[in-house]
Amino acid sequence: MVEIKPGQAYGFFTDTSVCIGCKACEVACKEWNELPGNEPAFGDGYDNTGTLDAQNWRHVAFIDNVPDETMGTGAGKAWLMMSDVCKHCQHASCMEVCPTGAIIRTEFDSVYIQPDVCNGCRNCIAACPYDVITQDEHKGIAQKCTLCYDRLQGGMEPACAKACPTESIQFGPIEELQQAARQRVSDLHDQGVTQARLYGDDDSVYGGLNAFFLLMDEPQAYKLPNAESAVLPRRNNQGGYLGVLGTAVLAVLGGLFALRRRREPAAETPSGTHAVPSGTAPPSGVDPAPAPPETRRTGETRETEAGEQ
Amino acid sequence: MPLAAEVQHFAGSPHWTWYILFYFFFAGLSGGSYVIASLFRLGGERSDEGAARLGYYVAFAALLPCPVMLILDLGSPLRFWHMMWNTTPGAAGLNFKYWSPMSVGVWALLVFGAFATLSFVEALVRDRRLRWSLAQRVVRLLDGALGKVVMVVGAVVGLFIAGYTGVLLSVSNQPVWSDTWALGGLFLASGLSGSAALLLFLLRYRPSADASAGPLVVSERLYAVLELAMIVIFALTLIPAGALDTAFGFPWILLWLVALAGLVPGIGGLLTDRLAVTPEGVAVSVQTASAVRSVAIPGLILLGVLALRAAVIFSIQ
Repeated sequence: MVEIKPGQAYGFFTDTSVCIGCKACEVACKEWNELPGNEPAFGDGYDNTGTLDAQNWRHVAFIDNVPDETMGTGAGKAWLMMSDVCKHCQHASCMEVCPTGAIIRTEFDSVYIQPDVCNGCRNCIAACPYDVITQDEHKGIAQKCTLCYDRLQGGMEPACAKACPTESIQFGPIEELQQAARQRVSDLHDQGVTQARLYGDDDSVYGGLNAFFLLMDEPQAYKLPNAESAVLPRRNNQGGYLGVLGTAVLAVLGGLFALRRRREPAAETPSGTHAVPSGTAPPSGVDPAPAPPETRRTGETRETEAGEQ
Repeated sequence: MPLAAEVQHFAGSPHWTWYILFYFFFAGLSGGSYVIASLFRLGGERSDEGAARLGYYVAFAALLPCPVMLILDLGSPLRFWHMMWNTTPGAAGLNFKYWSPMSVGVWALLVFGAFATLSFVEALVRDRRLRWSLAQRVVRLLDGALGKVVMVVGAVVGLFIAGYTGVLLSVSNQPVWSDTWALGGLFLASGLSGSAALLLFLLRYRPSADASAGPLVVSERLYAVLELAMIVIFALTLIPAGALDTAFGFPWILLWLVALAGLVPGIGGLLTDRLAVTPEGVAVSVQTASAVRSVAIPGLILLGVLALRAAVIFSIQ
């Protein structure tokens, strides 16, 4: 039994090498958090949950990689199963962009969406690189795994970890989990399972994930961005605003240039018709006003000409 | 500045759809019209005053739907004020994150709303359509340097409002949006192009401002060129990330074609009439345009402005 104290960082170590796809974690999560059921999605595989969303805070992903030819036993890649969950990133993209301050880091170092503060702007959904968050259609707010914040406050471990029959989901203080994970991957390598690797146990991915994984294939096979791709949304602020600034400068210069062009004399045409812009014409029956001879700035005389309008 | 080359995207869709599309559209027109109006006043002639006031009317009118669209798009619309005030227990206070364009944009919209309203009231008073003594006293304050400060600051915020929406999309982990830095500039150029076209159309109803038609035509052509350049840059920035097909594939290419069609009047005018000055010194070419055509061309340009934003917003969702 893990002793849970505020001020200490807790999280999950999900060992996919022992996941059997029983979905007990999904059921326990739904039960504790009173999440509604959802219509199963039937595809080619056994994954009828589909994706993490507002109603599914744990999702046992079935990655179907069955080869055409017969393989020997123990290859371990025909079916990859992973109980996916919010990663509770140290550098959380969702928290970075949230304009309301609804997404906070709790006393247990988890990332938590305050349901009474969120207003459903969905900026966090656009930012989350793991497709973890969606909006609850009935509540109108963004929702995801809370790391069972209420259970932690009561000294209990999260429901999914408690229900997992194979200890694929382990809960505990982050440092202890990291040690256990590194030992586990070392053991697997010793046994010849060289494809085993850790994801998110160090700071190479979003400063470290409080819910990290032992994977049996490349991260992208599980729809997890590799370390090079794990970048924060704010990286685009500088370039984006510089693009606006450059365009704004050109636009203002262009506008001023256009005003200068008009200062060429507005000549009468040989036929006596006054010049009008191509593509537009004043309404029939309205004589265009001739350009005034003076070029005085309007700011000095705006009041006096008001009656002309 | 790291480009998003080789970035693997697994983010989900935020489902920003019609409300956000029209917010982006109206924000571009509002900010763009305010900028053009201020340019008329600061760099134009006395005869441009009517067009400047028209620009301020349009800026205010186009701004009105913006907060409505934004609020209706929220999952919990009655909590729209949470954007500005953090209600977190124990951490209540103003919300402002300079690194989150959505947070910055909320405040910018508020500030721009103040400028747009002030300039709108000023235009009404100067047009003698509003005769409240309080409004007249406020407008008298704007006769001098303060008026120019309002115009300049308002125009700067207007430029921001028209362009930041593209940055908002880029500051995410979405494919296409986060693979480019060009969206902000693209939306700004497009908003200005649409604003010039809209003002040109509305000049029909303000004959005293007709003398400003020439500069507006030239402006629209220049903004169309700027927009085309930004579309090219946008496409080029998507190539390293392998996102070109996502943004420009079928059916989105149809929207891009509409967006490009909206540039035809401006770029076509530039090709045929250059910068509207003939060797004889005629300000703009003589043309007996029909009323239908003078409605259809600005309409096509505005449709292009809308289609461009739709292509960017919907292609990845």
